[in-house]
Amino acid sequence: MGIEVVVEGLTKSFGEQNIWRDVSLTLPAGEVSVMLGPSGTGKTVFLKSLIGLLKPEKGRVLINGVDMVNSPTRDIYETRKLFGLMFQDGALFGSLSLFDNIAFPLREHTRKKESEIRRIVMERIEVVGLLGAEGKLPGEISGGMRKRAGLARALVLDPQIILCDEPDSGLDPVRTAYLSQLLIDLNAQIDATMLIVTHNLDIAATVPDNMGMLFRRELVTFGPREVLLTSDEPVVSQFLGGRREGPIGMSEEKDAATLAAEANSVTPAAPRVIVPQRQPSPGLPPRRAVARRRERVMRMIDTLPPAARSAIRETYARDAAAATVTAPVAGSGA
Amino acid sequence: MITGALRETGRLFALAAEVGRAVFRRPFQFREFIEQFWFVASVTILPAALVSIPFGAVIALQVGSLTQQLGAQSFTGGASVLAVVQQASPLIVALLIAGAGGSAICADLGSRTIREELDAMEVMGVSPVQRLVVPRVLAAMGVAVLLNGLVSVVGILGGYFFNVVMQGGTPGAYLSSFSALAQLPDLYVSELKALIFGFIAGIVAAHRGLNPRGGPKGVGDAVNQSVVITFLLLFFVNMVMTAVYLRIVPPKGG
Repeated sequence: MGIEVVVEGLTKSFGEQNIWRDVSLTLPAGEVSVMLGPSGTGKTVFLKSLIGLLKPEKGRVLINGVDMVNSPTRDIYETRKLFGLMFQDGALFGSLSLFDNIAFPLREHTRKKESEIRRIVMERIEVVGLLGAEGKLPGEISGGMRKRAGLARALVLDPQIILCDEPDSGLDPVRTAYLSQLLIDLNAQIDATMLIVTHNLDIAATVPDNMGMLFRRELVTFGPREVLLTSDEPVVSQFLGGRREGPIGMSEEKDAATLAAEANSVTPAAPRVIVPQRQPSPGLPPRRAVARRRERVMRMIDTLPPAARSAIRETYARDAAAATVTAPVAGSGA
Repeated sequence: MITGALRETGRLFALAAEVGRAVFRRPFQFREFIEQFWFVASVTILPAALVSIPFGAVIALQVGSLTQQLGAQSFTGGASVLAVVQQASPLIVALLIAGAGGSAICADLGSRTIREELDAMEVMGVSPVQRLVVPRVLAAMGVAVLLNGLVSVVGILGGYFFNVVMQGGTPGAYLSSFSALAQLPDLYVSELKALIFGFIAGIVAAHRGLNPRGGPKGVGDAVNQSVVITFLLLFFVNMVMTAVYLRIVPPKGG
């Protein structure tokens, strides 16, 4: 089972410029979470802070009792072995072939025999659909392939926590859909805690159990996906609707005059529908996180906004209905 | 401005200390070390030899004409050898290591940094300093020491040739003044200088390469800075080491 990641009061600046402040959230163990945000709001910085590559000035990131911000370097290095990080453009080693790239963590951290390494690596290469390309250098393949190779490398040590930095950027919609499915399938297979940083609305709507959004140097919200998907916060609805009207401007935010002008010519936003979450591919075990999440969400349901509450109840009611419909079919087939 | 410079200096020393610690951490990256050693040697040997011949000649000619004026022509050999072995050779080696080897190391590490390869390495729990920087710094030091021997020999041969052939000096006087003025500690300090200069060139190149500022252009700037900073440090450290050496080792016959 994955590991819970607890973030408390994290604040990060580069010099004078504050990126975000006082970010607190908990990535529940084994669940898939998505962090949304317009470009340039420090999503990647957040990801790198979780793993200790960047040092926020304030706050803690607790993983298994190790604080990734302030603990001694040795503990941080040790804890990083629990992580798999998929970089935005793969971050493969340019001088090594894809096979050697994916085998790198195994050769560094395990004493496995070369035949064993070969078996594991080829298995991962197959999962991400790169069979036949294992001998190529990163410079010889497309951006999408590099991304998938980066994912394969992140998976090779069976991580408990998987972080994905914009898995969709540079991919066409079809490949993005495949990748979303791959992430859900992975979660079903290894039950790892996952955080996906993205601004892709398709991934945001169909993949996560939980969603958060960064804007204006703050965490706008973080919670079960229904909370964000039903939120009437202007930033959230503008972002999810992909509209120009709202607080997000071309440069980070708009001034009051533009906002006032927009208010006069407001067009009502189309009501948002909550798309059902992706399910693991047929043949895979069910996601164990689903049951845990349901229990967790039901415990906190009274603290959620009314719109989210009814959306959650609706989703679970629909799931239950679907289960009763499919169960006899499955039974008769057996 | 001043705090910025001090901070960079502090980081440079911190990296030097980290490299010093990581040298002894297992497993030693032997393969990487051999590859880097070979690379640095291959880009520096030929230019070093080509530079050292005219350099030895210039010193021989200059010292030769001075000693002629002073009437001490028989000491030309010893004097020019001292200049070549103690000063010229370690400096030539260091300039070449920094200019040819260090710039390549800096560009390599810099482009890996901006491609996030080093971040990826750290995320996988592998220290880039131990894995990449240590073999490079050790290679720069090793090549510097060995190259220093080569440059000394070639430089002395060049000086000998020019003194004997061009200025009509006698071979016997040139050779006998070796042992009259030069002594073994001169050679030791020469090699020690080469070792330290190699270390400085490696550390500065690695430091600039690990911290390029913003994109591919930053890597170009970093390479430029690494060469300039290394040169500045070299001449300063050389001055200090020469002063200390002349204090603690009495000149022969002095």
